[in-house]
Amino acid sequence: MIEAELSRSVARWCPGATGATGAAKLSGGASQETWRFDILHPDGPIGAILRRSPKGYGAAPTRAAGLAAEAQLMQLTYEAGVPSPRVMHVLVPEDELGTGFIMQRVEGETIARKILRDEEFAAARPRLARQIGGVLAGLHRLPQDKLPELRSRSATQEISEFERDYRSLNWPKPVFELALRWLRDHDPGPSDEETLVHGDFRNGNMIIGPDGIRAVLDWELAHLGDPMEDLGWVCVNSWRFGEIDKPAGGFGSREELFAGYEAAGRKCDPARVKFWEVMGSLRWGIMCGGMMQRFREGPDHSMERAMIGRRASETEIDLLRLLAPRGS
Amino acid sequence: MQDEPTPIELTKAVADFLRNDITPLISGHQAFKLRVAVNILDLVTRQLTREQGSDAKEVERLRALLGADGSVGDLNRALAERIAKGDVDLTTPGLAEHLWQTTMDKLAVDQPNYASYKRELSRGG
Repeated sequence: MIEAELSRSVARWCPGATGATGAAKLSGGASQETWRFDILHPDGPIGAILRRSPKGYGAAPTRAAGLAAEAQLMQLTYEAGVPSPRVMHVLVPEDELGTGFIMQRVEGETIARKILRDEEFAAARPRLARQIGGVLAGLHRLPQDKLPELRSRSATQEISEFERDYRSLNWPKPVFELALRWLRDHDPGPSDEETLVHGDFRNGNMIIGPDGIRAVLDWELAHLGDPMEDLGWVCVNSWRFGEIDKPAGGFGSREELFAGYEAAGRKCDPARVKFWEVMGSLRWGIMCGGMMQRFREGPDHSMERAMIGRRASETEIDLLRLLAPRGS
Repeated sequence: MQDEPTPIELTKAVADFLRNDITPLISGHQAFKLRVAVNILDLVTRQLTREQGSDAKEVERLRALLGADGSVGDLNRALAERIAKGDVDLTTPGLAEHLWQTTMDKLAVDQPNYASYKRELSRGG
């Protein structure tokens, strides 16, 4: 049982800890798992989260930053005063838990639809678009000399990568072709500044409480690039979960998002943000195609995986709404 | 010619059985999986109901756009290639209308509750 390894691990680095209990797997992907557990302590239990690649699992997918980098980014974010879990321990071989890290558990909600609809969050919702802007500004300002080694990606490189992914699916989609052409024609070129980009900052990857954003999660796709990428991705219609007139995560307007970003002392470029929103819609559409392929050929022959393949058409209508809007 | 009931009727019967008789008996993760299963059968029913008609109209539009004939798959591949080469774009008469109609026909099968689709439908299809 994982609790035995966790108990031995916490006893080594958490002063006073007497063991670990209540371990439960929250999610398990092809290469990564997330567990919740409590550290037993004379002062009362300490809520914790383990994020790890179990021993013997293959290397992370090429786009992933890696768990060591994730831990470092999360800790830097925490130290910068931006909402983030505190990293408590980076796994070492003696832990016998694989590679990864243990972080403080932040209570709150991550399920986007609940955040957008439940009464509990009604008071926080009108403030979230602006708050997201402030949080992103904080992330983009993290000290570059302290960042872990990350891949660097320009818009031009991203377009080529997505085109290659799309062509490898052998899945001719005229709307995706149109989007690829549009992206090439509107490629804004290298950004004036290259910053840390979270890469998957959206409703669903944050812990929200009635008081607002409590933590930013899921640094798996972090890289260096155009900071406007994060603002575009958070606006992708798929992450509005039905609140289609509120581009910023289903919470509010782009203007509120930009105002929060600029109030924190950074500048927005709305044309670049739109470019990355188109890119993001296409990116999610191609990822849906990837799910279809994994269902068809790979180890995950689940119904859920199959049905995500059928969500590519959602991104097609969203791309058309962006690129060829009908008379309003 | 195959006998009846039709695949649409048969699929719908299974979906209704799972939805009405089995759903109340199941909880937790299996209930989630059951909901996905019912959604799949509903999607299949919608596709069996609509595909023939929408594909025929799609082929008609594609023939007019491309001046060529072929299966709906071949013609889509040909259109994708022409857009990739830049021979066809949004200034090409009929392209935007074709892509809109084709996409609306897909959403009608895949996700008729998707908010963007419902919005565009309310504009008159």
